[in-house]
Amino acid sequence: MESKPPVLLTGPHYWDGDFACAEGAIAAGCRFLAGYPITPSTEVAERIAERFPLVGGTFIQMEDELASMAAVLGAAWAGARAMTVTSGPGFSLMQENIGLGVMTETPCVVVDVQRGGPSTGLPTLTGQQDMMQARWGSHGDYEIIALSPSSPQECFDLIITSFNLSEKYRVPVMFMMDECVGHMTERVVVPALSSIKVRHRRWYRGARDKYHPYVPAKDGVPPIVKAGDDYRFHITGLTHDQRGYPVINAECQHQCVSRLVGKIKDNTDRIVILEEDRTEDAEVVVVSYGISYRVATRAIDLARQQGIKVGSLRLVTVWPFPERRIIELAKKVKCLVMPEINMGQVFLEMERCASCFCRTRLVPHCGGWVHDPNDILKAILKGVKS
Amino acid sequence: MKRLDVTLGQDLRHPLEEYLRMDRIPHVWCPGCGIGTTLNAFLTAVKKSGIPRKDIAVVSGIGCSGRAAGYVKLDSFHTTHGRAIPFATGLKLANPKLTVVVFAGDGDLLAIGGNHLIHAARRNMDINIICINNFNYAMTGGQFSPTTPEKARLTTAPYGSYEHPFNVPFLVDSCGATYVARWTALHVRRLTNSILEALHHPGFSFIEVISSCPTVYARRNRLGTGLDLLKFYRDNSVIKNGANTRECDIRFQEQLIVGKFVDQEKPTYHDTMTEYLSQSVGKRYVPYQGPMQGKEEDGN
Ligand SMILES: Cc1ncc(C[n+]2csc(CCOP(=O)(O)OP(=O)(O)O)c2C)c(N)n1
Ligand code: SF4
Repeated sequence: MESKPPVLLTGPHYWDGDFACAEGAIAAGCRFLAGYPITPSTEVAERIAERFPLVGGTFIQMEDELASMAAVLGAAWAGARAMTVTSGPGFSLMQENIGLGVMTETPCVVVDVQRGGPSTGLPTLTGQQDMMQARWGSHGDYEIIALSPSSPQECFDLIITSFNLSEKYRVPVMFMMDECVGHMTERVVVPALSSIKVRHRRWYRGARDKYHPYVPAKDGVPPIVKAGDDYRFHITGLTHDQRGYPVINAECQHQCVSRLVGKIKDNTDRIVILEEDRTEDAEVVVVSYGISYRVATRAIDLARQQGIKVGSLRLVTVWPFPERRIIELAKKVKCLVMPEINMGQVFLEMERCASCFCRTRLVPHCGGWVHDPNDILKAILKGVKS
Repeated sequence: MKRLDVTLGQDLRHPLEEYLRMDRIPHVWCPGCGIGTTLNAFLTAVKKSGIPRKDIAVVSGIGCSGRAAGYVKLDSFHTTHGRAIPFATGLKLANPKLTVVVFAGDGDLLAIGGNHLIHAARRNMDINIICINNFNYAMTGGQFSPTTPEKARLTTAPYGSYEHPFNVPFLVDSCGATYVARWTALHVRRLTNSILEALHHPGFSFIEVISSCPTVYARRNRLGTGLDLLKFYRDNSVIKNGANTRECDIRFQEQLIVGKFVDQEKPTYHDTMTEYLSQSVGKRYVPYQGPMQGKEEDGN
C-alpha cells in the first residue's frame, strides 16, 4: 500500500509566517477552514487548500467573510476544529458572527494578518491596528482571547496554543498576526507529532437526557456536545438560560453576560502568556507585542549599551490584558514604554493600569512599516529621565 | 407516557410531540400566521422521511420565521440575520451525514443573506431551504422586503412599494438549485410532500412557502384575517408543476403560480469535491474523516 503523506512535516523548514500558521493549524488538528482571499493573509488559505486534501481536511472558499465566519461556527458545532483567516476589511465583516461565537461559546480560531487601515488602507503593508477591534469589534459586552506571534516559528507554535485556549475556554480566539510576520521567511522547526500537545474538546460526559448546553463547570466553562449525537440541543444568539433557551429579561442577561465575561476575566492569570527580559533591575520597561517586540528588543539593546536599565515585557497574549503584572511593574519602574504600529490602542489599557504608579509613553506608528528602533530608544531615554 | 383527558376520552398529546420542544410552547407566532403551519408540514415530513431525529439539524436566521429553530426537538441553531445558509454549509461539510434544513424568512434569505443563497445554489450544496415568504420583514414590524409585490404598503413603503420584487423560484433555479417548489400555507399536504422529497433530494433544494402574516402584512394592506388570506390562496393559486420559473412572478393580489418547478439530479458539492480531488490528487488524497468523535484523544 502506498503510504499516505505525513500529517506533520516534522523537521526544519524555511517558511513564511502565513505558511507556518497553516501548518500549525494542521498540527493542532484543524480540519475545516472557510475563508475569502485577502492580502496579506491569502497564503494561509492557499497553503491549506493545498495541504488539506493530503491530511483529511475540508477547505471551502466562501463568498465573503460573513459567510466564512458563519461556516466556521457551523463546522465547530458539527464537531470539527475550525478556523478562518482574513485581514482588516474581512475582519470587520466577521465581527457580528464572532459575537455569535462568543455568545454560543463556540471553540474556533480567527486569524487576522493585520495590514494598515482604516478601510482598504495599505493592503500589502503592515499594521497593528486591529487590536482594539479584536477586543471590542462585535457589539455587546464580552471578553476575548487574542495572541500575537512575533516570528514564523511562533505562527506555528502559537496557533496551536490558540486552538487549545479556544477549546479550554470555549471562545473564538483571535490570532493577531501582521503583514511583517506573515510575509517574513525564517527557519521554522516542526516538532514530532508526539511532542505537540493538543487539548481535546470539553465533551460532555453525563447522561444524555440531563444535558443542558450552558451549565458551567467550576471554571465557568460549560462542557460541549456536537450535532448528530442525539442530544438534540438548541443554541441561540439571543440571551439564553442554561438550557440554551432564549429568555429576554435583565436577570437572565445578567447571568448570561457575567458568566461569559467571568470565564475569561476570572481565569486571566491562567490564560496570560508573558515573556520578560531584564526587568529585575529595570527603570524603564518596554511593553510590546507582535513584530514590534522584535524592534523593541533592538532598542532595548541599544539602551543597555548606554548603561540604561531597561527591560522588556512581551505580551504573547494581548487579551485578556495582563493587568496584574503591568501594575506590579508600574509600581517599581519610572516609565512603561509601548511601541505599537497604530496610534495607541493596547497602550490605552496599559495607561489605565499604570498611570497611577508611573509614567507611560506611547511610540505610535501609522503603519506601512515597523518602527525605527531609535524612536523607541528616544522614548526610553525620556522615560528614564522622568 | 400518554396523557389522557378523562372527560373526553381523547389523547391530547400533540401528534408531533416527539419533534417539538414542548417546554417552549406556547410559541410566539400570531393566530392565523402561516409559519406554524409550515413548521407542522416540515415536522410531518421529517417524521415520514424515516430519517433518525439525531441526524437532522435545523438552522434558522433571525425573524418570526427564524424562531422555528427554537421549537424543534432536533439539533437546532438560531444564528444571525442572513447567515443561516453559510452556518448550515459549515455544519454540513463538517458532518456530511447530517440532513441540514434552513428555515428562514424572505428577508433573511433574499436580502441580507442573498449572496449566500445564490452561492449555495450554485455549489449545489446539499442543504434544504424552507423559505417563509410573507412578503415583508415581519419581526421588525412590517417593512418591505425583496419579495414585497409592487404597490403593497408597508411601514417603510407607506405609499406602496415601488421596487421590483424577486421572482424567487426563477432566481434560485437560475443559480443552480436542483429542487425548487412553491406552495402556500394552505397547501399543507402538497407542501409536506415537497419537503419530504426535498429531504431525500441530494443537493440544494429550495421550497418557497407563501405564508400568511395577518398581523403586519395583511393589516397594512387591509387584506383581512389569516383565514381571509387562506381563502385568497385557495381562489388564486394555480398549480403548475414543471412551470417555467421565469413565469412565476408574483403581483399584488394576483394569481399565484405554485407547484414543483425543478427536480433534477446533479452531483452535490460534496460529491464533486471528493470525486474531483481523488482524481486530481490521486492516491495521496485523504478524504475528510468526519468530525471529532467526542473522545479524549481528539486532536491531530
Ligand atoms: C444584522 C441585522 N440587521 C437587522 C436585524 C433586524 N431584523 C430582525 S428580523 C428582521 C427581518 C426579518 O424578516 P424576514 O427574514 O422576512 O422574517 P419574518 O420576520 O418576516 O419571518 C430584521 C431586519 C437584525 N437582527 N440583524
Ligand atoms: S407578525 Fe406576521 S409573520 Fe410574524 S408571527 Fe405574526 S403573523 Fe406571523
